[in-house]
Amino acid sequence: MLIATVRTVLQLLLVGLVLEWVFHLERWYIVLGLLLLMTVVASITSVQRSKRRFPGIWINTVVSIWAASWATSGFGLLIVTWGSNLWFQPQYVIPLVGMVLGNTMNGCSIGLSAFVDALIGQKDELEASLALGATRWEAARVPVRHAVRMGMIPIVNAMMIVGVVSLPGMMTGQLLAGTIPIQAVKYQIVIMFMIASATALGTVSVVLLSYLRLFSKDHQFLAKRIR
Amino acid sequence: MITTNRLVEAFQVSRRGDAPGQWLLHDVTMHVAMGERLVVVGHSGSGKTLLLRALSLLDRIEQGAILWRGQLVQGDKIPEFRSRVIYLHQRPPLGEGTVEDNLKLPMSFRVHAEHPFRRDQIISWLEILHRPATFLDKQSRDLSGGEAQLTALLRAIQLDPDVLLLDEPTSALDQQSTEAVETLITTWQAEEPGRRSLVLVTHDSGQASRMQGRIVRMESGRISHGE
Repeated sequence: MLIATVRTVLQLLLVGLVLEWVFHLERWYIVLGLLLLMTVVASITSVQRSKRRFPGIWINTVVSIWAASWATSGFGLLIVTWGSNLWFQPQYVIPLVGMVLGNTMNGCSIGLSAFVDALIGQKDELEASLALGATRWEAARVPVRHAVRMGMIPIVNAMMIVGVVSLPGMMTGQLLAGTIPIQAVKYQIVIMFMIASATALGTVSVVLLSYLRLFSKDHQFLAKRIR
Repeated sequence: MITTNRLVEAFQVSRRGDAPGQWLLHDVTMHVAMGERLVVVGHSGSGKTLLLRALSLLDRIEQGAILWRGQLVQGDKIPEFRSRVIYLHQRPPLGEGTVEDNLKLPMSFRVHAEHPFRRDQIISWLEILHRPATFLDKQSRDLSGGEAQLTALLRAIQLDPDVLLLDEPTSALDQQSTEAVETLITTWQAEEPGRRSLVLVTHDSGQASRMQGRIVRMESGRISHGE
């Protein structure tokens, strides 16, 4: 608890200083570098939460989190800042990508763990299906669906209770800053959809890429790859 | 030399173990001819199970090849091959649901989509196994290890494979059920004697002699006798 408290204070102070510097400079390449760093840290955190590893887990996770969060954030930014030249402004890009990355990371992490755990738990059933003539997809489709569903649970739960149990952080911030509630709500809806889209894309991507690593083209389950 | 009556062949098949220099299967060459009955014997750890798994291409092999009717089997031809050469695990896992649900599982795979579920045929086989037709309604979680073996055997033979690879199919059965299973598989093979082949791994010397097949002996990952 003490370590967590100290880390919270230090990390937030540090990020405050960095953001002040980045906002002040307004250079696109510095923003890009910061986004890359955030993506790599999110990917490392996502993999580290998984108890089991296999060759390719790192690249799978980086690619999934990067592609899902950047594509969704890019699309969202285009809508939010349509008609202006504000899309590359750090005060828009960094918080938006940060929110999307955090949630995508959670979805990927949970989906990845659920997938590998299901494969190990159902190893004999999978092999029995393969031995009877199932393709690798026919054998793996149940664990794939289970993993994607698990990865989506946190964001679906958040969408079910948003505004009822608690107000989201960004909306709270806007209200405190004096934005009229309906305007804050509109932005929050866009953000929730961006987060849900990125989480779905990232989770599906990381699970399918893992499936391709763990099932060979010869329709074999490569259980020994999992450590 | 490849002759036309050879269904499955292992040609100089080798598989490494985890330890450096360790070979689980070493330079194994053997074949299963049409209508043939093979009994594989050997001590625990001699490679009997791995031989069957290699023949059904469930594991990666480092050297050598598995041939089906003289042709190399790989890639998307493998599910079709496995529908003709079915491997049955020593402790076969079953899914949730009734025995009948489990028997219908392979029909959800593309290679068996056209295969009808023949309840009457199953009931006639159950009579040989001294089981009533109501056995089909039993929940899989309520089955003993031996009953699970019987269910998995029925699930395999109903698909009418050319080669049945049985890994100690009676290891969890009492003497009466063991003899019933032996009767069932010999009856099944005798229905089409020139086509259906059987490879049976056993520790039971009495069973090895009762099955009256060509004896193949494994020692330290090699075939020491019978090929």
